[in-house]
Amino acid sequence: MRNPFIASRDDEPSKGKIALNYLIVCLIVLAVFWVALGVIGYRLDYSFVWNVSGRIVDGFILTLQVSAVSLVFSLLLGALVAAGKGSRVLPLRYLCDLYVKIIRGTPLIMQIYLFFYIVGTAVGVDDRFVSGVLILSVFEGAYIAEIIRGSLLSIDGTQRDAARAVGFTRVQTLRFVIVPQMVARTLPALTGQFASIVKDSSLLSLISVIELTQTMREISAANFQLFECYILLGLLYLLITLPLEAVGHFFEKRFDFAH
Amino acid sequence: MRISIDGLCMSFGGMRVLDGFCFDDEVSTLAVIGPSGGGKSTLLRILGGLQKPTCGTVRVDGVSVEYDERTLPAYRAQLGYVFQQGGLFAHMSALDNIVVPLCQVHGFTKEDAQGRALELLERFGLAESAAKLPAQLSGGQQQRVAIARAVAPRPKLLLLDEPTSALDPVYTNEVLDLIDDLRQDGMRFIIVTHEMGFARNACEKCAFLADGKLSEYGCSSELFGNPQSPKLQGFLARLLEWR
Repeated sequence: MRNPFIASRDDEPSKGKIALNYLIVCLIVLAVFWVALGVIGYRLDYSFVWNVSGRIVDGFILTLQVSAVSLVFSLLLGALVAAGKGSRVLPLRYLCDLYVKIIRGTPLIMQIYLFFYIVGTAVGVDDRFVSGVLILSVFEGAYIAEIIRGSLLSIDGTQRDAARAVGFTRVQTLRFVIVPQMVARTLPALTGQFASIVKDSSLLSLISVIELTQTMREISAANFQLFECYILLGLLYLLITLPLEAVGHFFEKRFDFAH
Repeated sequence: MRISIDGLCMSFGGMRVLDGFCFDDEVSTLAVIGPSGGGKSTLLRILGGLQKPTCGTVRVDGVSVEYDERTLPAYRAQLGYVFQQGGLFAHMSALDNIVVPLCQVHGFTKEDAQGRALELLERFGLAESAAKLPAQLSGGQQQRVAIARAVAPRPKLLLLDEPTSALDPVYTNEVLDLIDDLRQDGMRFIIVTHEMGFARNACEKCAFLADGKLSEYGCSSELFGNPQSPKLQGFLARLLEWR
């Protein structure tokens, strides 16, 4: 009856059950890695970390900085583009539409090279941090615009009607009805998008922004301990993205006023 | 309250929903009945200032309604409007749904607004639901909160757009009883409804709307007891078919 590995269809499994099963899954994943390393006859050696810990911390902090600043700018850009896509001025509407289509339809790596070496050089932006933030903001802005646009469109028409019916002006409708509901709808998705920004920022290593990934590439290029470096790299990204996922989950529950 | 409507037309993408609708009478309690798609809800939306008519004029107590987004909020604020369903702000508690418009639109202080809201919620049997979000309330409770919000600022006129059509019979009666209570307190209202018993017994006048025109109008008892036009006779006969 009370099989510790089976959940009932209707109820959430108990905390103990979750912990036990999660632990087992983690052990299995670790074991697979362990066996694989054993088969190719590789022994992980992390003794080098002490000597480069300062560089790793610097890279980690730069990744956080690039991501955080990019989040702010991509939010601004995303909100403007989302508004622009609904504009009555057609050239503006289609400009925003084209921007989203191009950015979402092409790989980030191509955009990085194109922006950095052509547009960046032409405009005279040679600071790699600034370029990195600009490129990442332009890239993520297109995704955030779609998130914001989607949540704006998902607000039921009756909510707007009700706002007008109680006598709210346009500004009051925005302030008391549309924006609060949009924040509730966008926050969980935005947290997920922030995790994407953190991961996408790794591609800035291509233009030698010394963020976490570039730091690890440099270290592994010097000590040839590729496996150790990339496993550590993965763990460090998880250190950022897993808590973000938890935050997103919290927002989802916190703002779920529809159920 | 005198409502005068002249030559009202409304088209949606070539579909004529209202076609030269005219009306001129004192309104205290009025039921608007008629077949679905006959333009009832559209008429109410135009009266409530939620929809600009294609042509025609609406006058309330002799004052013409200007369908201009700058003046409409003030016009709408004088009325109470209840939607078929989903009219409560989904992110606000029942209490805030009433309090926020009172404070922001009608200039109540926070204390006065809360006092007024709690008084109404209590009267409507919703005191324990004040802190709940709309999704946590039953359909009947949601509609009673919506009515509380609509009457809280003491509007000149209450507009109810099929307020019970999404409810089961028990909740329907709850809501209709409540509207009848308000009527006895002297609340003026126009209700679009398919509840013929309510239209007949609780509303002084009744308007039968078909094909975008006012097809028949008069005292409810007269209209139901002695329908004149074949259209209304047919409409009522169909409704009674399964009674």
